Order: sequence, then structure tokens, then C-alpha cells
Amino acid sequence: MNFDFSDEQKQLRDSARRFLEKQSSVAVVRRVLEGDEGYDRELWQGLAEMGFTGAAIPEEFGGAGLGYLELCVIAEELGRAVAPVPFSSTVYLAAEFLLAAGNDAQKKNYLPKIAAGEVIGTFAYAETAGEVTAERIKATVSGGKLSGTKIPVADGAIADFAVVAAQGGSGLGLYLVDLTGPGVTRTVVDTIDPSRKHARIVFDGAPVEQLGAGNAEAVIEAVYDRAAVLTAFEQVGGSDRALEMARDYALERIAFGRQIGSFQAIKHILADMYVSATLARSNCYWGAYALSTGSAELPEAAASCRVSATRAFQHCSTNNIQVHGGMGFTWQFDCHLYYKRSNLLALNLGSLSVWENRLIARMRARNSARDAA
Amino acid sequence: MNFDDTPEEAKFRAEVREWISANAPHDLDEDLKKSGLAGLRLPGRDIMAESKAWQKKKADAGWAVPHWPKEYGGRGATPIERVIWQQEEGLYNQLAQPFAIGQGMCGPTVMAYASEDLKRKYLPKLASGEEIWCQLFSEPAGGSDVAALRTRAEKADGSDEWVINGQKIWTSGAQYSDYGILLTRTDPNVPKHAGLTMFIVDMKAPGVEVRPIHQMNGGRGFNEVFFENVRIHDSHRLGAVNDGWNVALTTLMNERMSIGSRLATGFPEIFGFVADFQLPDGPAIDNAAVRAKLADWAVKSSGLRYTAFRAISSLSKGERPGPENSIGKLVAGVMTQDIAKYAMELQAEAGVLTSQEDAPAAALFQNMVLNSPGMRIAGGTDEILRNIIAERVLGLPGDVRVDKNVPFNQAPGR
Amino acid sequence: MNFDDTPEEAAFRQEARAWIAANAPKHLKEELELSGFGGLYLKSEDPMQAGKAWQKKKAEAGWACLHWPKEYGGRGATPIERVIWGQEEGVYAKLSGLFTIGHGMCGPTVMAWGSEEAKRERLPTLASGEEIWCQLFSEPAAGSDLAGLRTRAEQATDGSGDWIINGQKIWTSGAQHSQWGLLLTRTDPNVPKHKGLTMFFLDMRSPGVEVRPIRQMNDQRTFNEVFFENVRIPDSQRLGPVGAGWNVSLTTLMNERLSIGSGMPTGFPDLLDFAIATGDVDNPAVRAKLADWSVKASGLKFTAFRALSALSKGETPGPENSIGKLVAGAMMQDIAKYAMDLQGEAGILTNAADAEARGKFQAMALRSPATRIEGGSDEILRNIIAERVLNLPADVRVDKDVPFNAIPTSGRK
Ligand SMILES: Cc1cc2nc3c(=O)[nH]c(=O)nc-3n(C[C@H](O)[C@H](O)[C@H](O)COP(=O)(O)OP(=O)(O)OC[C@H]3O[C@@H](n4cnc5c(N)ncnc54)[C@H](O)[C@@H]3O)c2cc1C
Ligand SMILES: Cc1cc2nc3c(=O)[nH]c(=O)nc-3n(C[C@H](O)[C@H](O)[C@H](O)COP(=O)(O)OP(=O)(O)OC[C@H]3O[C@@H](n4cnc5c(N)ncnc54)[C@H](O)[C@@H]3O)c2cc1C
Ligand SMILES: Cc1cc2nc3c(=O)[nH]c(=O)nc-3n(C[C@H](O)[C@H](O)[C@H](O)COP(=O)(O)OP(=O)(O)OC[C@H]3O[C@@H](n4cnc5c(N)ncnc54)[C@H](O)[C@@H]3O)c2cc1C
Repeated sequence: MNFDFSDEQKQLRDSARRFLEKQSSVAVVRRVLEGDEGYDRELWQGLAEMGFTGAAIPEEFGGAGLGYLELCVIAEELGRAVAPVPFSSTVYLAAEFLLAAGNDAQKKNYLPKIAAGEVIGTFAYAETAGEVTAERIKATVSGGKLSGTKIPVADGAIADFAVVAAQGGSGLGLYLVDLTGPGVTRTVVDTIDPSRKHARIVFDGAPVEQLGAGNAEAVIEAVYDRAAVLTAFEQVGGSDRALEMARDYALERIAFGRQIGSFQAIKHILADMYVSATLARSNCYWGAYALSTGSAELPEAAASCRVSATRAFQHCSTNNIQVHGGMGFTWQFDCHLYYKRSNLLALNLGSLSVWENRLIARMRARNSARDAA
Repeated sequence: MNFDDTPEEAKFRAEVREWISANAPHDLDEDLKKSGLAGLRLPGRDIMAESKAWQKKKADAGWAVPHWPKEYGGRGATPIERVIWQQEEGLYNQLAQPFAIGQGMCGPTVMAYASEDLKRKYLPKLASGEEIWCQLFSEPAGGSDVAALRTRAEKADGSDEWVINGQKIWTSGAQYSDYGILLTRTDPNVPKHAGLTMFIVDMKAPGVEVRPIHQMNGGRGFNEVFFENVRIHDSHRLGAVNDGWNVALTTLMNERMSIGSRLATGFPEIFGFVADFQLPDGPAIDNAAVRAKLADWAVKSSGLRYTAFRAISSLSKGERPGPENSIGKLVAGVMTQDIAKYAMELQAEAGVLTSQEDAPAAALFQNMVLNSPGMRIAGGTDEILRNIIAERVLGLPGDVRVDKNVPFNQAPGR
Repeated sequence: MNFDDTPEEAAFRQEARAWIAANAPKHLKEELELSGFGGLYLKSEDPMQAGKAWQKKKAEAGWACLHWPKEYGGRGATPIERVIWGQEEGVYAKLSGLFTIGHGMCGPTVMAWGSEEAKRERLPTLASGEEIWCQLFSEPAAGSDLAGLRTRAEQATDGSGDWIINGQKIWTSGAQHSQWGLLLTRTDPNVPKHKGLTMFFLDMRSPGVEVRPIRQMNDQRTFNEVFFENVRIPDSQRLGPVGAGWNVSLTTLMNERLSIGSGMPTGFPDLLDFAIATGDVDNPAVRAKLADWSVKASGLKFTAFRALSALSKGETPGPENSIGKLVAGAMMQDIAKYAMDLQGEAGILTNAADAEARGKFQAMALRSPATRIEGGSDEILRNIIAERVLNLPADVRVDKDVPFNAIPTSGRK
């Protein structure tokens, strides 16, 4: 059994970590958090130069052709650094939609530019609060023009193009839209984590190009599963960092003449954080395995790592503040960067409850299939 | 990244599988499947006899404790082969339960500290299940704080023998054990960890009295053991005089290495249960509230499974598993308890029934509810496990101690 | 056993209700209903002005700090009348956030330890909201371990009897709006730490006081650092004997426990309303969660009622009230997260114009971590329950009976 990343992948992790420690320092994250710039350009360019944006894009489309295990490694480091870049929207979503449903011309048009860091893409899906379902999507394409409103769209204000889910002639479809073109109005909206900007996009007769002809819901589900694994790695990276911050502070802070880390109340909080982060990491490895091998287990593995990592990151980021006391509630300390990111990632791609329900539905389906066989 | 066996591992697995399919007691399959967390239930059969029979058969073919050296009753298997064996043995592993403490904890300690003579004398029979061993550590005043134990071992004047007086408690299997490893206090005038000594004790020796304890679940699996002037020859000492704490750590350390034996969490059981169990509006598994609960347990259970796989991968590469394995019992203990309670809750008023005939799911969950509190205590309580993770894994400071560097007989609480 | 008012209580309630109906700023009602969890979201009026105006109006009619004696700005109401008032004031009480610390903690301390002159001078303007007070206790190296504070007070050598203050406080809520502060200092570092403390009140406009707002993670600036450089305080502003500051501060902290009545906000009514409005309440998974929080909320409410009954009989409420913040803090955090979860991908929106329930739950998510820290962290509250209610032994201490200047510490840089 070799249920671990390879030595090369571990080297990649080390170099990604070194790169991000320099290029995505807390100062960089805070600049985006507090500024109007939607992301850190220099960091984004750097990620492309390192080959990260194209890690899983095949070489024929200008990618590095590394693979999904490598992308998982990179995702974990991005999460650890709470990197302020449109990586998830462009790489986990837009690129994956193109790979899953795009025709050759569409892939050739966009994927090399994604790999080179020249374009930012995103997926515009939700319109209202609550679980997104096909029936709730009101955006409509007719005569090749899209009308409707999407909110919240990750990186919607800075993206060059979007994959949009909208009602077409034959039900829900996927469409490619040039966001810099006519009929598109975008405004940045306030969110729980301003280091990752989101937008409201109003389409009013924006020209579109159909992306894939098949069942859009199935494509969305498949791409969301893949994105869920990658996002879970970001969440695990964030959990580990929050745990480390709390541990370091518990060793440093003295109250009642003792390190606060010598109080069991604090020790047990930290032990529980370690437990949830470890369970999430192990589930993520399963997700990575399933994603990289195209295993039939992917839907179940994806939902598992999503649920486990969402819980772990929320648990670790919340308790990190608690261990820091008053300092944890300040803007100056970094705890809130992780708390906010954990709340954002918990909802991007749909909520925990939705994924919980999905996980059990999938386990059930597998069992029924097995019993039937 | 993959779960595949290396070619050698695959070959070994094939060999194991073939031997098991040819030799295992398949007539017990149905009963073993139903046992699990409810405890071993083999209606109409003598559990101990079935266990000993299977163990003997394995021993004769060299499969008894595969990772032990050949000369002590094993086959010199590698750590990963040991895991593969356990995976393949599967269901039948439940039959090895009476030998688990002996083979998992006592054997390795004997292997590390006993003379060659004693190893050859004791280990093969421990491996083959002909003799059963127990672990005599805990005492009324020394459970989590095992180093506070008081059972005295004193050198008899002018002889090579030690005289033991005192009491142990919670000793699992003492009622049917032939031998035990016994941790005693040989010097009360030094700090508590520095005055302990470990022995092999013959459970049939004069002066040993075993009194089963009635457990809250009705069973009598553990015991009080009283020692009155029990004599042990000095050759049966394990490790140096007053070095018993280090010897005990060997025993405890070995617990962590038993990775392959999958921890029971109760998740497969409840998942199976809710798939069939009908609520007024359909199968329980289709109810959103049930799903929310299941999802939480599902990811914990898969988290533990894949944590174990990560450790197995380290073994497979010849590395030592990392500290992540220390989370297992902590997660599984609470989970079993919660799952059992929730399943009973779904059964509503019928949830109070406990007989196999009346209760839903053959009273599996009712048994679990009564067994699971013990899981959260035995072999390290939840609180001690959290301390271990915080201190040994995360590097946090130890508790402020009032009993360190103080002679045992002057420490508070005597 | 019943929840009914006695005839006197009923009459009082009637009077309070009538006065409120006639005088409350009803035009703010809607905005106030949406406020809470870390902010007064008043758009139509300046919150500070609105707060002061309502307080003034209440004071003039004798409804400010009504349980205080008349001569100090109250109406000499009984504790139970105070609670009835609180129930009737309802949503308008949110306008009094600025005065909570002054009325709840500083006022009672001055009342218990101040000279008659100090009480007559300071308390009426505190009651009427003309002057705002803050509580200067916590320091960088002394939060949970309050008695570890280091701000020094030394008697002036000029024979004036004045005290000279040097040091720094932190986390002082409202210091930037305050005219007065209740200040705990160290007057003797050579005795064990609880023994060398002395309490004062001081004019925040004194020379040498510098207030620097701290930016919070929710981007508000309600708390501050306060620096003292050779600040002079007349000895007449000392509260209690020199070296008795710890006892005096316990009066303040005990009074926190007494501010019951309306109970701690938990977020549960908000979540229930939300789930009903969206129809999520029909989902069994949502119901299971709601039920759990519902019984916690009612458990807290009726624990508070039990305390009220004790008050009503003239008894002192027991320590069971220390469970309030412990339960409510974590619950609010969980509820906020769950409400956001129900909102799905749109749950990340925070602006009142875009977000569900006008962003209330998002604001809660960003404010609630502080509830679990301020005025006694969850861990300290559990210790208190274990030690003061259940009589378990205290932690093994390395800082007891040791001179303060010999205790291990680590200041923050
Ligand atoms: C089913 C079962 C089988 C067992 N089999 C054996 C056996 O075969 N051989 C053997 O030697 N022993 C055996 N034991 C004993 C077991 O190891 C002890 O019960 C266990 O170590 C706890 O000790 P105790 O029961 O004395 O509880 P205590 O140590 O008295 O603990 C009581 C409570 O205090 C807590 N506590 C204690 N110390 C600390 C601390 N420092 N910090 C925080 N919390 C603390 C514990 O977590 C627990 O909640 C068995 C126990 C059970 C339940
Ligand atoms: C691998 C391992 C697993 C363990 N598992 C359990 C368990 O499941 N349940 C349980 O109750 N106890 C377990 N222990 C023992 C536990 O760590 C405590 O030592 C025990 O609870 C007694 O505490 P104490 O205060 O007497 O010893 P301590 O004061 O903690 O230790 C005394 C001496 O032993 C050494 N020591 C203690 N624990 C360890 C350790 N974990 N690793 C290395 N050195 C150590 C210390 O360095 C010290 O020198 C385990 C120990 C080891 C080594
Ligand atoms: C929003 C807000 C408003 C505030 N307003 C005021 C104010 O107006 N005036 C004022 O004086 N103060 C105020 N405070 C300060 C507040 O009282 C302190 O933050 C609080 O007492 C915790 O102290 P600390 O921040 O130094 O954390 P620390 O005491 O350093 O605590 C850090 C962590 O260690 C834990 N810990 C510490 N000691 C123990 C122990 N013995 N056992 C177990 N765990 C322990 C804590 O629970 C916490 O998790 C405010 C705080 C906040 C967040």
C-alpha cells in the first residue's frame, strides 16, 4: 500500500510553501482584504510561472500536465497561506468545466491562457439563497443572448470569462460568456471574507457560446465533486495553520504564572483540533486518490472530504480565536483571516448540510447497487 | 498514491487468503457477522473452545502471531504482513479476543525483557492459545495514574524469591488466565516512577485470588486480583529492579503499533440499520435529520480508516507510523456511544428492549450502549488520550504536577 | 408556582408600559429590531445621539437606572421592578448599549465604595447618560489573570495625597466615548498579586491619558488601548482602601452576574423566525437543530426566571447564572454558522442590501467569538462553575503567595 504523496510531490509541497511564504505573506493577504484590488496580481502571475495554474491541464492545452495529486498539494498550500487569488474559480471550476464539457476549440481558446495566468475564469451559478437547484435558476438564454442575475460569483468582478448555468431551449445548460463584453454589469458585493472578492453580475442580453450539449446538471455535479476535493485540501491547509498558530500562542502566552498551554482546558481544545484536522486530512487523501485515478469512488470520497474538511476548518479557526483570547478578536492578529476564510469556503460550492445529504444519498446508492449485484 | 499491494505483499496476501479459505471455521460465519460490537455471540457453542481451536489451527500452520520470530511461535512476518494477515483474517479475528492482551501487550514485554529460557518456555504457548495471559497494572488507587500503584514486592530474606502483597483491579481475563505480567512497587522511598518493578506471575500460584467484577452491562469480563504472600522467583523479573516504568512503557508502546486491527466505531452497523428501518414516512436513511447525523459519523469513520491506511503505508515503506494513530480510540469511543444512543432513539419506545428476540437489530445497539462507556476508559481514558496528544504530539507542557520528584510515600493522596 | 405578576408588579408593569407607549422613539423601532450582535444599525439617526436622547428622556421621568436610589438618579425600584422595566423596554434597550458598562459595573462599584460626595456628583450624570463610563481592568499581560495587572499607582511625593498613574490598559470598551473610567491599579508589587491592588475612578480627560482605538476582526472599533503617563488622580477618587482593589473589583464583577432579566441573546428567536420565513422549518434536519437550540434557549430563560423569583423574594440569585454567557456565547456562534449554511452559497454575503435577514447572521458570526472571551472566557467560566458551584478544587497554582514581582510572566511585545 502506498497511500501517501510521493517524494516528488512532497518536494513540490515544500517549494510551493516556500514560494507562498514569500509571495503570499500575511501582508499580501491583508492588502487584498483591505483594498479594492480584487486579487494580488503579482502572486497570480507567480503561480502561473511556477506552473501551478496549469498543473492539471494537459500539455496539449498548454498545461504542465502534472496531475491532480500535484494540484491537491498546491491547493493545501494555498489554503495554508489563505492566498488572495482567483485560483479556485479559475482552476478548480472554469478550467474543469472546459475540460469536462468544452469542445476542442473552446479548450484551445481558454486553457492555455489559464495555464499562463493570462485569464481569470469563474462559474456563475447561484441566484438566490439556499441550495442551488436547476429549478431555482432563472437566468435564461434565448437567441444566443443571456439575461439574468447571478450572485454571489467568486471573482466575478475581475474574471475575464464565466461559465454560466442558465435555462436554454432544452432545460438547464452551460454557457461561456465574455465578461468584458456587452450586456454585462458587475458590482463587487460585501462578503464574510473580503480577501476573496465576489460579485453580483447582471446579464442583459450578453452574447454566449454553448458549453457542451449534454446534461448540464450532471456536468455541474461532476465538476463540483472535483472542486470539492481541491477545496477540501485548502481547508485542511487552513486547519493545520490555525492549529499551529494556536499551539504556538499557547506556548508563548503566560497567565497565572504558567503557559496557558499547560491548562488542560487549552490542551484538550488543541487535542480536539488535532483530531479533527487529522480526520480531515486522511479523508482528503482518499479524495485525492479518487480524483487522480478517476475512481468510481469519487462522488463519495469528494463528499466525505468536503464534509470532514469543512468541519475541521471551522472548528480549528474558531478555536484558534478562543485560544488567543482578546488578541484573537483583533484585526491586527491573523486569526480572523482564517476564521473568515473558513466561513467562506464552507459555503462556496454549497453548504455543509447539502453535502451531508449528498454523501449519505451516494453511500446509499452504492449500497443498493452492491446489494442488487 | 494508491492502495495497491506491492508484488510481494500481493503474493503474501494470496497465500493468506488461500489458507484461510481452506481452514477457517466457516460454520461460524453467520454468528460472527452478527456479533461485532455486541460482543462475541455464538449461540449453543463454547466460545473459549472455538477460540482455542482456531488459534491452535493457526499456530500449527505458523499463522498464530505471524510477526513474532519463528522460535517463539511466529513466522517472522514483517509489520505490513501482519496487517495483511489481520485484514484477511477479518471476521475470524473476533475469535482471537481472549488472547489479545497476552499477544498484544504481555508477549512483546516478555520478548523484550525475559531470559532466553523463559521466552522459549512461555511465548510459543501464548502464541498458540494454549496459555492465556493478563495484564496486572491498574489498581484501585492507580488507574490513569498507574505509577501510583501500591502492590508491594519485597525480596524474601536469604532467597531468590520475591513476596507479593496487594491488589489489582480491572484485570481483563484474569479469571481464565494462566500467567500475567505484574507491575509492583519495590521502593516506596523514591519518586513514584522510580520505584516500580515488573514480573511474570503464575496466576495459579498459591495466594493469588481472582474475584470477577460484575460490570454495568451484566458481563464479568474483568476482575479484582488479590495477592497474599505470593512468591515469584527472581528469574521471573522483567527488567532491572526499579526499572518497571520503562518496562511498562514497552507494553503501552506496543498498543500503538497494533494498527491493522480496525477500530470498531459502530458506523457500518448504524448505516445498515437505517437503510432498512422504517420511519412513518419511509426508510430512516431518507430522513434529512438522520442523514445529517450519519454524514458526521461517516466522515469520522472514513477518516479513521484512511488514517490507518496512511500508517500502513508507512509500515509498507519500512517507516514508523506517525503520531496520527493516537486519535483512534478517542474518536471511536465517543462515536460508538453516540451511535448506539441514536439508533435506540430511532427505535423509539421499542429502544428500551434488550433481548435479542424482542429488540430491533437483535439488541445490537442496546449492547453497544452498555459496552461503550468501558471503551472510553479502558487502556487510557479520553482525557488521558487528549493529554497524550497535546503533550506528546503537539508539544504542549505537562500538567503542573504535585507528585513529581517526591518520594512515593510522601506524595499527596496516600 | 407561577409566572404571574403580583398585584403590585402588575400595576408597575402597567405604568411602565403606558409611559413607554407614550414616549419611546417608535420611529427607530424597525431599525432597532434588525440591530444587535455587535452593532446598532441606525441609519436615520446618529446612534450616540439617539442613545443619549432616550436615556435623558427616561432620566427625566425617573426611568433611568430605576433600581438606583432616587438621590443618585434612580427611582428606588425593587430588583423585580427593574426586571419588569427591562421586559417592557424591550427593543429600545438596545439604545442603551453605550451605558451598559457604566450602569451595570461602574455605577454599582461607586455606589458600594465611593464617598457620599462622589456618589452625589457622579452617579446622577451616569444614570442620565450625560456621562459615559468605561472599565479599565484588562491589560496586555492580564486578561483572564486580571490580578496579574501591572499599571502602577504611586502616591505623589509632593504631599498632595494625589496618585500618579503609569501603565497601559487594553480592550477597554467605549473608552473613546467615556468621560470617566473605573481603574484597577497595582500599588504594591512586593506582596502577593491579589493583595497589592487599588481601585480608582478617573476623569478620562486628565492630562496623560491617551486612548487608541483597536480595530476588531469585525472591522468595528469599540474597544481601545488606554495609556497612562503620569496621570494624576486625587485621593478622593480612590474606591476602597489601598491594597483592597481586588475586593472592590469583585463587587464590579459580581454585579455583572446580577444584570440578568432580559437574559443573554442567543440568536435562537432570530433563527426560528428565519427558518419559518424560508420554510426550512419543515426540514427534519433543521428541526433537529432548532429543537436542540430551543431547549437551550428556554433553559436559559427559565434559569433567569428562577433568579428573578429569588430576587422577587429579596434573595440573592445563586451562581447558576454563570451558565448564561457560557451557553449563549457558543450557541450564538453555532446558530450564526447554521443560518449561513441554510443560505447556501449566498450565505457569504454580508451587506444588508444583498444578504438574507439583512446580514444579521453574518454580523453574528463575526461578533460572537468575542462573546466567548469578554468578561470571562468560556474556560474561565467552566472553572468558575466547577470551583464555585460544584466545589471542585482550584487548579494547582504556581502564582499564589508569591510576591508579584517574582511570578513568571511574558509581556507582549
Ligand atoms: C473494560 C475495561 C477493561 C480493563 N482491563 C484492564 C486490564 O486488563 N488490565 C489493567 O491493568 N487495567 C485494565 N483496565 C483499567 C483501565 O486501564 C483503567 O480503568 C483506566 O486506566 C482508568 O483508571 P481508573 O479506572 O482508575 O480511573 P481514574 O484514573 O480514577 O479516572 C477517573 C476519571 O478521572 C480522569 N483523570 C484521571 N487522571 C487525569 C488527568 N491527569 N487529567 C485529566 N483527567 C484525569 C479520567 O479520565 C477519568 O475520567 C480496564 C478497564 C476497563 C474499563
Ligand atoms: C506509546 C505510549 C502509549 C501510551 N498509551 C497510553 C494509554 O493508552 N493510556 C494511558 O493511560 N497511558 C498511556 N501511556 C502512558 C501515558 O503517557 C502517561 O505516561 C501515563 O498516563 C502515566 O502518567 P505519569 O504521570 O505517571 O507519567 P509521566 O510523568 O507522564 O511520565 C513519566 C516518565 O515517562 C516518560 N513517558 C511517559 N509517557 C510517555 C510517552 N507517551 N512517550 C514517551 N515517554 C513517556 C516521560 O518522559 C517521563 O520521563 C502511553 C505511553 C506511551 C509511551
Ligand atoms: C469585545 C471585548 C470587549 C472587552 N471589554 C473590556 C472592557 O471594557 N474592560 C476590560 O477591562 N476588559 C475588556 N475586555 C477584556 C476581556 O475581559 C479579556 O479579553 C478576557 O478576560 C480574556 O483575557 P485575555 O484576552 O488576556 O486572554 P487570556 O487570558 O490570555 O486567555 C487566552 C486563552 O487562555 C485561556 N485561559 C487563560 N487562563 C486560563 C486558565 N486558568 N484555565 C484555562 N484556560 C485559561 C483563556 O480561556 C483563553 O482561551 C474585552 C474583551 C473583548 C473581547
